[in-house]
Amino acid sequence: MTAAVARNDQALSQQDALYDYCLRLGDNALILGQRVAEWTSNAPTVELDIALGNQALDLFGQARMLLDYAGRVEGKGRSEDDIAFLRDVLDFRNVLLVEQPNGDFGQTVVRQFLYATFASALYEGLSQSKDEELSGIAQKAVKEMAYHARHNGEWVVRLGDGTEESHARVQAGLDALWPYVHEVFEADEIDLAMAEAGIGVDPASLKDAWLAEVTAVIERATLTLPETDWHPDGGKRGHHSEHLGFILADLQFLQRTYPGAQW
Amino acid sequence: MTQTVAEPEHLRSAFDAYVADEKKIEPKDWMPDTYRRTLIRQISQHAHSEIIGMQPEGNWITRAPSLRRKVGLMAKVQDEAGHGLYLYSAAETLGVSRDQMDADLMSGKAKYSSIFNYPTLTWADIGAIGWLVDGAAITNQIPICRCSYGPYARAMIRICKEESFHQRQGYEIMMKLCQGTEEQKRMAQDALNRWWWPSVMMFGPSDADSPHSAQNMAWRIKRFSNDELRQRFIDMTVKQADYLGLTFPDPDLKWNEERGHYDIGEIDWDEFWTVVKGNGPCNRQRMAHRTRAHDEGTWVREAATAFADKQRARQQQAAA
Ligand SMILES: [Fe+2]
Ligand SMILES: [Fe+2]
Repeated sequence: MTAAVARNDQALSQQDALYDYCLRLGDNALILGQRVAEWTSNAPTVELDIALGNQALDLFGQARMLLDYAGRVEGKGRSEDDIAFLRDVLDFRNVLLVEQPNGDFGQTVVRQFLYATFASALYEGLSQSKDEELSGIAQKAVKEMAYHARHNGEWVVRLGDGTEESHARVQAGLDALWPYVHEVFEADEIDLAMAEAGIGVDPASLKDAWLAEVTAVIERATLTLPETDWHPDGGKRGHHSEHLGFILADLQFLQRTYPGAQW
Repeated sequence: MTQTVAEPEHLRSAFDAYVADEKKIEPKDWMPDTYRRTLIRQISQHAHSEIIGMQPEGNWITRAPSLRRKVGLMAKVQDEAGHGLYLYSAAETLGVSRDQMDADLMSGKAKYSSIFNYPTLTWADIGAIGWLVDGAAITNQIPICRCSYGPYARAMIRICKEESFHQRQGYEIMMKLCQGTEEQKRMAQDALNRWWWPSVMMFGPSDADSPHSAQNMAWRIKRFSNDELRQRFIDMTVKQADYLGLTFPDPDLKWNEERGHYDIGEIDWDEFWTVVKGNGPCNRQRMAHRTRAHDEGTWVREAATAFADKQRARQQQAAA
């Protein structure tokens, strides 16, 4: 049962579903952006520092548009900042994949590749959304995420087919993150309601094409597709990994310490 | 790098006349060895400052107080990384390699601006850095847009545009804090108290203790003395702080009607040299951070090289 349904114990209104749907998209972008931003001044080269920073900027830009829209859909006068900075873990709707730690550069590149390949397909679908606001956001985001998928895919290949050490490291990153892929494609009532209304996209419908695209890159990288029967999930319902609390502690520190202050 | 054998007198006098005439020297032109070495030192030091400067500011990206501020700060730190890259490229045109410059930074042989050896303790420090540190940097750098060495001058023109944007962004952060709660005002005042003197010191030693100045002026590497630039910065900044309602940690700061400038108290040059020599609050931290990032990235750089080599070999094989 979804949180939205549980909340008022009655049929999910389209407004509630859309609010939650925007949070999912916006939180994925915001939390992944936080993770990528942690690389600042830590990347293997200055050029890669800039490339990672550009990805963080794209993600924060998407998060702002989506959370701002979520606030308007909700209709309680909450701003993008109210939504980003004043919710606790249980109300965050991102998938577990995006909150996973950066690990080494190889693991980060894998995470960015897996997520961006999904997100670019999702935004491509959403650019046809009947909701004009969402389709507008998606039309911008699809270009950004397609670039992230390409850029990180190239790095997966370079590291996989680079040295023995880089191969082992990027394979370890892939093995660590692969279980989290399952949740990304899991459709629940909200996903299905949004897809049925022509507003959203059923993520399960994207999986085959995604897997084909990812497999092609993994093969070029001389890596092995992991097998796992562990499929952690819960992010979309607010049940996260332990990592999210610490991300929020960083993200929200000033807003929480000085309630109501303007910055 | 070039030889240090005696330089032909006629080349040297032609060079001096050429730069005195405000003409630009380009990488392939003949230049005195000292000119080349001075520029390599100055440009690479400037590049290193941009790169090390990413640390104290990067420190606040994940904690920025609003999404708008987060994006603004992220973009600024990106700009600084870009400045580092333009400047490394400009230095490379003088015959020094990027690897050499990286090695000199990490061995401590090359310096970077001491200002980045101070910590960013609160969000107001992000405002203060933009306002004061970028402000001082612009004051220093605008004259370098007319430097006699073409690649450096052109890099500076591009950089100065972005620095003035950073300065406005920093001042705006301070303004918002100064219009805010008592706690925010306290944060802003404390940031000015801590960053003021180090910013004043960014212009380097007093003219009396600045031995290379005359030659660098003649060569159009430097246009104004350290003290002239410092005064320009002080005059500009005091008015801006008054507008914010902030005070300076200097009881001797006052308008001097006769000079038409602000006077300031004595600069603590002991502190300046202590930090230059490696004993500021964050010197060790900054260097350890830079070295760790470089070392942790070794396997990635090696993999990129190995992959490129494999690709080349495959292409050659395919062509054969
Ligand atoms: Fe800069
Ligand atoms: Fe700057």
